[in-house]
Amino acid sequence: MPRRFAKRTVMGLLVEQVLNGVQLGVMLFMLAAGLTLIFGIMGIINLAHGSLYMAGAYAVAFFTLQTGSFWLAIPIALVIVAALGVLIEYVVIRRLYARDHLDQVLATFGLILFFNQFATIVFGRQPLFLAPPPVLAGHVTLPGGIPYPVYRLMIIAVGMAMAVGLYLLITRTRLGMLVRAGATHREMVRALGVDIRMLYTVVFALGAVLAGFAGAMVGPLSGVQVGMGEQILILTFVVVVIGGVGSIRGAFYGALIVGVVDTLLRAFLPNLLRTVMVGPEADALAGGLSSMGVYVLMAAVLALKPKGLFPAHG
Amino acid sequence: MGLRTLLATAAVAASVSAAMAQQPLRIGFVTTLSGPAGYISQDARDAFQMAIEMNGGKLGGHAVSLVVEDDALKPGQGKQVVDRFVKGEKIKLLTGIIFSNVAAAVVPDILDAGAIYVSLNAGPSIFAGKECHKNYFVTSWQNDSLHASAGANANRLGYKRAFVLAPNYQAGKDAIAGFKREFKGQIVGEVYTTLNATDYAAEIARARASNADVVFQFYPGGMGIAFARQYSAAGVKIPMVVSGASVDPVILKAVGEPLLGVHVSSQWNSDFDNPVNKAFVAEFEKRFKRTPTMYAAQAYDSALMIGAALAATKGSVDNTEAFRQAMLKANVPLTRGAMKFANNQHPVQDWYAFRVVKDASGALAIKTEAKVMENHSDPYGKACKM
Repeated sequence: MPRRFAKRTVMGLLVEQVLNGVQLGVMLFMLAAGLTLIFGIMGIINLAHGSLYMAGAYAVAFFTLQTGSFWLAIPIALVIVAALGVLIEYVVIRRLYARDHLDQVLATFGLILFFNQFATIVFGRQPLFLAPPPVLAGHVTLPGGIPYPVYRLMIIAVGMAMAVGLYLLITRTRLGMLVRAGATHREMVRALGVDIRMLYTVVFALGAVLAGFAGAMVGPLSGVQVGMGEQILILTFVVVVIGGVGSIRGAFYGALIVGVVDTLLRAFLPNLLRTVMVGPEADALAGGLSSMGVYVLMAAVLALKPKGLFPAHG
Repeated sequence: MGLRTLLATAAVAASVSAAMAQQPLRIGFVTTLSGPAGYISQDARDAFQMAIEMNGGKLGGHAVSLVVEDDALKPGQGKQVVDRFVKGEKIKLLTGIIFSNVAAAVVPDILDAGAIYVSLNAGPSIFAGKECHKNYFVTSWQNDSLHASAGANANRLGYKRAFVLAPNYQAGKDAIAGFKREFKGQIVGEVYTTLNATDYAAEIARARASNADVVFQFYPGGMGIAFARQYSAAGVKIPMVVSGASVDPVILKAVGEPLLGVHVSSQWNSDFDNPVNKAFVAEFEKRFKRTPTMYAAQAYDSALMIGAALAATKGSVDNTEAFRQAMLKANVPLTRGAMKFANNQHPVQDWYAFRVVKDASGALAIKTEAKVMENHSDPYGKACKM
């Protein structure tokens, strides 16, 4: 394909794709932050993290349809997801602290099956879709004349605000101090007499709220459906591994790296390959390579820095 | 094995088969019930079951029962289910698979075990040519044909430069191959995305940056909803020409206005004016309170054809060759009108163009516009020696 775009269009396209990448990144961050804390502090591999994401999405979809207001549905959904997080921690996760990772994987995988089936029974198999609130429904024009959906910009803004909020929570509050201490010296925190059970419950609920919030925002974008959590969970684990287990900072940079790399590969690899190969083969190969890209990146990070880019344990 | 054991086994086997004779014929229904694509399989299962119930628990005058299992869109799980069906439960007639990647893994197991498979949806190219098989029937379409109809439709509408997108799996590749086979214009971009992705921002931006005058996409189920939503939210104005898999009543209901004016094509539409289709649509809407999709109509048609074959074989599938001959002769009125089998036992049928319009009450509906291909069969049949 001859490259017929003017330079300005190419720049515009690049800006647009980077924005798309950052938007995917902040979504991944909200999921990865909870996952990395739960693993880093509590030592739990929580496969059901994606179910909390799905729960947030379904709760917002349901209450938006009930109340007619997306803005009202979000706080309701967050309360529900927080309660669900506390419940899961109390009923299931609490029994897993002393068990090995295989038991945790089994139990939390069981939770996935349970929640997926539960959602199927309550909401049916057909995906739910809600329109973004009218004020966010349109698009703005980026430099270069490219329209960009307001809703995606909102996700970026909210995600960044969450990151700042989480940063302040972790570095400036007593709870944050305990979380940091828990991530680096778990035994010491316990030895100092901190109510570790309480801390675990709070951390799990915090993770649940973050995941639920991500789910709540994704609804108007890509739909609410059974099994949506597992699709994004794998990428989230990639983020956690790249960023370093237990590190919020790592989750943030890891998520942005994964989001941007994944998007840019999808966007530009085919045209790059087309300069050295024939059309259809280049497209097919690019499709394969770009979906492998982030996993190759993860393997590279693991080879060079086995503890991730920003390890929590020093 | 001692003589006594052998005799005992034979006696048990005889009594089992005697008992089986009085039991309804069991039809194994392997399908994708869990996951985002679940509604497709739900429609297929419900319509197939409805066809049985509308005939008093019978197909072709013989009692049948449906044994439904979920493959979860995982070829491995599909293989396990089929193994249990054909080896454990001795089921000889199977149907139901929606996804081509599952079919690709599972169908050879069914055929190797000597059982019959009637596909009501997936029609991957790999089984349409050299690998065609006497006990393998496709009543829906060979995958390419569904999308070839979109290519023919794009020609009819005068488009010249197409940007094409599909998920990176067997049916996605068949889709693009099918579209390209009929489309006479130029392909300005070709994109394969991860199967079951939910965010298409990067790909949509590429489509807009291309100089295409038409976009063809194959995103069935939840993928199609997400794609169409994001396409319109990104403010892309390039018209879409798609096959019936990418815009069905469920997707239309979920996406709404942004799909107004989209060009669709397939072998069936709910507004087809024939008695079989009218009865089917009315009964389906009455029972399930939703508009049937193409998948429902295909499942219903498959049940009708299996019924016609069973009527000829007196309800038996033990002689697979007799069933095959009956199936090939099964010339019953269907919801789509009619179809017959080509030499590779895939359909020869007509294809129609539809458009998303507003009906009298202002609701979005898929309206039939024109016939785009007549007596069309797939190109793979040439390689099939049957």
